[in-house]
Amino acid sequence: MKRKKRTSAIGVYIALIIGSIIMIFPFIWMLLTAFKTNSEVMKVPPTILPSSWNLSAFTKVLDLLPFGNLYLNTVLLILIRVICAVVFCSMAGYAFAKLKFKGKNILFTIILVQQMIPAQIFIIPQYQMLAKLELTDTLFALVFPGIVSAFGAFFLRQTYMGIPDEIGEAAYLDGCNRWQTFIKVMLPLTKNSLAALSIFTAVFAYTDLMWPLVVNTNINHTTLSAGLSTLNGQFSTNYPVLMAGSLLAMLPMVILYLIFQKSFIEGIAMTGGK
Amino acid sequence: MNKRKKLDQDHVWGYLMVAPTIIGLIVLNVYPFIKTIVLSFSSMKVFGEYKFIGFRNYANMFSSEEFWRATWNTLLFCVLTVPIGVMLALIVAILLNSKIKGKVVFRAIFFLPMVVAPAAVAMVWKWMFNSDYGVINTIFHTKIDWITDPNVIIITVAIVAIWSALGYDAVLLLSGIQNISKTYYEAASLDGATKFQQFRYITMPMVSPTLFVVLILRLMSSLKVYDLIYMMVGESNPAMSKAQSLIYLFYRESFISGNRGYASAIVIWTVLLIGIITAIQFIGQKKWVNYEV
Repeated sequence: MKRKKRTSAIGVYIALIIGSIIMIFPFIWMLLTAFKTNSEVMKVPPTILPSSWNLSAFTKVLDLLPFGNLYLNTVLLILIRVICAVVFCSMAGYAFAKLKFKGKNILFTIILVQQMIPAQIFIIPQYQMLAKLELTDTLFALVFPGIVSAFGAFFLRQTYMGIPDEIGEAAYLDGCNRWQTFIKVMLPLTKNSLAALSIFTAVFAYTDLMWPLVVNTNINHTTLSAGLSTLNGQFSTNYPVLMAGSLLAMLPMVILYLIFQKSFIEGIAMTGGK
Repeated sequence: MNKRKKLDQDHVWGYLMVAPTIIGLIVLNVYPFIKTIVLSFSSMKVFGEYKFIGFRNYANMFSSEEFWRATWNTLLFCVLTVPIGVMLALIVAILLNSKIKGKVVFRAIFFLPMVVAPAAVAMVWKWMFNSDYGVINTIFHTKIDWITDPNVIIITVAIVAIWSALGYDAVLLLSGIQNISKTYYEAASLDGATKFQQFRYITMPMVSPTLFVVLILRLMSSLKVYDLIYMMVGESNPAMSKAQSLIYLFYRESFISGNRGYASAIVIWTVLLIGIITAIQFIGQKKWVNYEV
């Protein structure tokens, strides 16, 4: 019996290790390619390790793309969207869960319906609004569609629904008004949900490709994802350069992920994803 | 008196606190939604006046070979990714649920593609699938035109999509599996049920609600596939016109060709298609999803 258990554990390990190799191999190949020269990658049969660890692809891609600007734009985009999500979604989530006001159900219906409709249907008019105001190629344009989040409001409403009414009532009897109850008593209780929402918002802003491509065509005003994608057209045959660019673009998020992987995975799983 | 005052305070704070979200949604979603419908009945280009042309965009769309090809590609992509992807994710979830050391590490590895920009993911896979120098053709001693053959490229993109979403789906399914009470398995093994019987009669029915959620999420995101095709196929690829998905066609018509009216019709069709397919799943789920505990 015990022996049987051990063989099945070995089987599980073998399956998971094979799976892990398949998951990691593309990233290893990216790393190895980035250090090769363009003539080396065209060799048949291909070499596995670079013959010499060559940095020319990195210097070239740093010339081609304004990485400083791309990083800055991406960080600012993430920061503003996360702040907006935390502030506005908390307020709306609390109000929908704990306050009684006329028209609440109708307003909440907007939030439910919005989540069911794919975001692409909103893109042309969103772009037209920004173009009319001559706000394309700005940080504001990048942030624009994510200033508010129906999903975030819904998600936090669920969290506030889970907090017993008695806690709010007690604060009210102690003389807090609705706003004070919200800020001082209720908000701190939703820390975990806010962390999950922040991570989800950040990863979405970072990986999104279509919106930055549409709205900020100037390479100095766009995000890492969109900036990286422009390499694909111009240098579609210089794979070391493409791999070096990909590596530089993905590294910060991957490092954050490796440090906070538990919060990342649980946060994204908790929000149910997009 | 006190109750009245409390009610009024609820009203004031209620409206104030939902205002940013509701106003934002009206500007960013409600108005654009209506505007897209209105645009779909116009000959709107990048510049120029609004001109109503009735159903002509829809008529053009339904008689366009490119459009039907994109619809077919989108559906084919779903058929290729959803069943296989969800099944593999279920297997990974079951493996991650077994009593072994290092589960956290494996979970983190499978989840990794979720935090990498699809642009980077697509580029490395495009390189690995390169027909002349790619590592995949070299390892398997094949000579397949993974990227340039229009009949193969959808399969290639589907492989990458499955790989990307695997860990994420597995984590969702894993949490579903972990919610199943251990007592069911204890009772079953006392009755002499085999591992397979336990899976078939305990795990499957108990995890089916989570499985359904994952299936819907995967289906909806597959129907909206865009970034992987945009990055892996690209404008200069001769296979492009035969390999595009609906949302990619929408992107090209609206922001490269500038046919805003026609593009609006395409996106409305896509949204309707997603709605219909999702609705069918919700009807079909009654047959296999078990909500009784």
